[in-house]
Amino acid sequence: MGAILDIIGGLLMVAGTAFLLLGGLGLIRMPDVYNRIQAGTKATTLGTLLTLAGVACLRPEWLLKLLLIGFFMLFTNPLSSQVLARAAHRIGEDKAPATRIDRLAEDLGDKS
Amino acid sequence: MSTIMLPMALLLAAAMIGAALVAIRGDSVPIAMLAAGLVSLLASVLFLLLAAPDVAMTEAAIGSGLTTFLFFFVLGRVRGDSKHD
Amino acid sequence: MVDWLIYLAASLAGVAFLLALARFIKGPKATDRVVAFDVLTIISITGIVLVALAEGRAIYLDVALVYALLSFLGVIVIARYLERGF
Repeated sequence: MGAILDIIGGLLMVAGTAFLLLGGLGLIRMPDVYNRIQAGTKATTLGTLLTLAGVACLRPEWLLKLLLIGFFMLFTNPLSSQVLARAAHRIGEDKAPATRIDRLAEDLGDKS
Repeated sequence: MSTIMLPMALLLAAAMIGAALVAIRGDSVPIAMLAAGLVSLLASVLFLLLAAPDVAMTEAAIGSGLTTFLFFFVLGRVRGDSKHD
Repeated sequence: MVDWLIYLAASLAGVAFLLALARFIKGPKATDRVVAFDVLTIISITGIVLVALAEGRAIYLDVALVYALLSFLGVIVIARYLERGF
């Protein structure tokens, strides 16, 4: 039973760091700032949570601290990425040429 | 367990050199501040690898958190004043 | 088996760290560098948790907790600064 849980935890950790690797790859390959924010933040949040779950499988006595770290990541990470994306939109960062829809600019245009 | 420590420490040291070069050669002040914060953050992880978690916690809170916060706060203040004049 | 999986996970995180660092060094705009800084902090949190697992010391997780709180505050302050005037 313990060996099976260890192998599940190790596989969860490898899956989580693979998501971190995909996030880093997206950070390099994406064409503009908004896509980089999206790739960098979503993929790395999932990767960190999977890694924390794997460590919790390997060491069940650390569950409380790991849950606390995961809780903070789950709350603060989308918030910071949203604030950053709004700042990038306000200072008028360049969009990729393939961008066709900009709902935030439409909303701001309707308001003013 | 030292097989995981040594490559990680070498990677962190190389990354600190890269971030310090960005801080020196960067063309604008906020980017230099951000790179200095990154150097401090990586130094904190390096302290942790050297088995000093209390030093690492202090470095993360003061060097990476408070100093960067204070630099950007003061820079915003200065910019605002010079824009008024 | 499990040790081998831990090494594989640490090397994958190291490659991700190198990619994010390349974006930090290259990044043409300040916003790109802030995004790379955020991603580097998150990868460092994962690295700290892996180091805590390899060393078997639970006190290292407290440093990861401090990181998770501080990166959020730093990115919000920098984003506020970028919004106001740059």
